[in-house]
Amino acid sequence: MGVINFEELFEAKLAKNEMIEPKDWMPDNYRKHLIRQISQHAHSEIVGMLPEGNWITRAPSLRSKLVLLAKVQDEGGHGLYLYTAAESLGTSRDEMLDALHTGKAKYSSIFNYPTLTWADVGAVGWLVDGAAIMNQVMLQRTSYGPYARAMVRICKEESFHQRQGYELMTHLAFGTPAQKEMAQDALNRWWYPTLMMFGPPDVESPNSENAIKWRIKRETNDQLRQRFVNQSMPQIDYLGLTVPDPNLKWNEEKQGFDFSEPNWAEFKNVIKGNGPCNKERLASRNKSHNEGAWVREAAMAFAKKQNENYQAA
Amino acid sequence: MNNDSQGPLWEVFLQKKAGQPFVHCGNLHAYDKEMALQNARDLYTRRNEGMSIWVVPSSAIVASSPEDMGSFFEPANDKIYRHPTFYQIPDGVGHM
Repeated sequence: MGVINFEELFEAKLAKNEMIEPKDWMPDNYRKHLIRQISQHAHSEIVGMLPEGNWITRAPSLRSKLVLLAKVQDEGGHGLYLYTAAESLGTSRDEMLDALHTGKAKYSSIFNYPTLTWADVGAVGWLVDGAAIMNQVMLQRTSYGPYARAMVRICKEESFHQRQGYELMTHLAFGTPAQKEMAQDALNRWWYPTLMMFGPPDVESPNSENAIKWRIKRETNDQLRQRFVNQSMPQIDYLGLTVPDPNLKWNEEKQGFDFSEPNWAEFKNVIKGNGPCNKERLASRNKSHNEGAWVREAAMAFAKKQNENYQAA
Repeated sequence: MNNDSQGPLWEVFLQKKAGQPFVHCGNLHAYDKEMALQNARDLYTRRNEGMSIWVVPSSAIVASSPEDMGSFFEPANDKIYRHPTFYQIPDGVGHM
């Protein structure tokens, strides 16, 4: 038996569409890229609970309150699946939470926009979760096993999120003129931030090349964005609403819609921390983490007292 | 690595229906076994995905290593006589 060339083994696995597992050898940059991407993804799920959580106490019916509670609870669960997937690469939960709470880590810029009306809850479920699903369906076949498996579970659960959002929009769009106006206003405000969720244009995306090479991503930002617009237009037409984009029109040749790019300067500015809600989101996360410290301490003290040292196998 | 402020890591196995095997579904942090079981219920069975749960401290799992995969599983490679298709059964004796 000769000397094993780990890098060749890794490349061969990728070429055969096989998954990389936690104990497999992997290049340092692959590991780093994944830790960054998965932890950001986890943070997005957790911070994503805040804009919708904002409406739980004001949901207009018991049914909508139950639905919203269940959805927000799912997002928390998704964050937990993803944190442990990242931990399998050698980072710790404490490190990741610390990076989030100190503002060092990024999360999806979409959650730095406010949910001003009840229609926003519909728009977030329908558009934001719809865009997330598009990205996550692709990630079900990502090359890192624990990430792919988390995505399979998440996609199964997300589908209800998008449907409940669209159902809410139908109620408003076919309701009174004031309700319809509220739906249109929400669509106007969420359209471009949603398009930003797929990331910068391919020509300016610094991480895309490696992500495609390592099969972490299988489609580019622009491909996913185009697919999202194509899929959304019939849904928007059905509601009798319009997108805030005078350039949006069907392009027979490419069999897809032409549309305006979002304002990428705004995108960069929100990522830098200057969006409408960045400070509020971070403050909420820190408050809840700090005020929950006594629960963690009490649970740890209790476990110790019970003399249940499960660490020693 | 995992003994941070969130408590140790546990592996979660679910049995979908009685009689079926327990299948690994993911992991979570918890401070003790009772909490591990309750967290597993809340995290992995919100839609009736299982009717029975095992939680195991991750530190108790012993795993084969990928580098040794070739030599570790090698003994099974040349034993095709362990498979039923290795044997010739005459036609006419029916299904066996």
